[in-house]
Amino acid sequence: MSDMNASLTYEVHAGDIEQGGSASAALKSELRKMGICEEQARRVGIIAFEGEMNLLLYATNGGTLKAEVTPEAIDITVEDDGPGIDDIDLAMRPGYSTAPDWALNLGFGAGMGLVNMKRNSNFFEIHSHTGKGTLIRCRVNRRKNDAAD
Amino acid sequence: MMLLTDVVTALGLQVLTSGVGFDREVRGGIVCDLLSIVLAKAQPQDMWITIQRHQNIVAVAKVTSVAGVILADGIVPEQDVIDRASEEGILLLATKESSFVVCGKLFALLSSEEE
Ligand SMILES: Nc1ncnc2c1ncn2[C@@H]1O[C@H](COP(=O)(O)OP(=O)(O)OP(=O)(O)O)[C@@H](O)[C@H]1O
Ligand SMILES: [Mg+2]
Repeated sequence: MSDMNASLTYEVHAGDIEQGGSASAALKSELRKMGICEEQARRVGIIAFEGEMNLLLYATNGGTLKAEVTPEAIDITVEDDGPGIDDIDLAMRPGYSTAPDWALNLGFGAGMGLVNMKRNSNFFEIHSHTGKGTLIRCRVNRRKNDAAD
Repeated sequence: MMLLTDVVTALGLQVLTSGVGFDREVRGGIVCDLLSIVLAKAQPQDMWITIQRHQNIVAVAKVTSVAGVILADGIVPEQDVIDRASEEGILLLATKESSFVVCGKLFALLSSEEE
C-alpha cells in the first residue's frame, strides 16, 4: 500500500478564508489513508498548511498545492503566478510579515510560515520573480530515521 | 496515563464537538494564538489552548495532531466550525476561564501524575 505512487493536487483560491486549511487537512487524511506514517504526514501537513495559507493571503490569483508520493519521498509543490517576492532572504526571516490586519486577527502573521516549511523539509527550495510568481518545493523523505534538519 | 476524558472532567470543560472520542493520551500543552508558532511547537499529545475561533483552528489541530483544543475566555466558534471539527475528529472544548487559568490547572494536573 505505502509503496504506491500518487499525485494529489488542490487549487487554493485567493482570499477564501472560509476554506482556509481545508486542502492541507484533506491532504493529510489522504496520506494517512495511503499508509504514510503519522510523523511524515504531520510534517507534510504543516508544510502544506503554511503553503496553502500563503497562497490564500498573498497570491493575487491563489495557486496550486501539489503532493507527489513515491516510495522514496513526498514532494510538495506550492505555486502561484504573482505578485512574487522581492526579497526572498527577508521573507524567510523569522518574524518578517506583511500579513494584513484582518489576517493578524485570525492568528496569521507570525512570520514563521516559510521557516516552518523549511524546517519540516529534508529539501527545500524557493524561487520567486516579482510580477511572475513564486514556486516552492519541499521534500519529506520516507525512509525511517530521516528527520528534518 | 492521563486521558482526554480525565482532563475534561478535572478542568470542567464543555464539549462542543459530537462523536469525537476521549481516549487519546495527554502529556502536555501549548498556549498560543499565533498559528505558525503552534505549527512549529505543538506536539501530538498536547492540548492546545487558544482564543482563536476561526475555521483555521480545525486544520491546525488536524495537521499537528494535537490531542484536543481548549477555547478559553468563553470563546465559542460558529456552528460550522464545530461541525467541521466533528467531521475531522478534532475534539473542541470550551471554558469561561482564561488561558492563564486553564494552563495552570492543566499543568498541575499533568504534574500531579508524574509524582
Ligand atoms: N506566495 C507568496 N507570494 C507573495 N509573497 C509571499 C508569498 N508567500 C509569502 N510571502 C511574503 O513573505 C512573508 C513571509 O511569509 P511567511 O509565511 O513566512 O509569514 P507570514 O505569512 O507573514 O506569517 P505566518 O505564516 O507566520 O502566519 C509574507 O508576509 C509575505 O510578505
Ligand atoms: Mg505564512
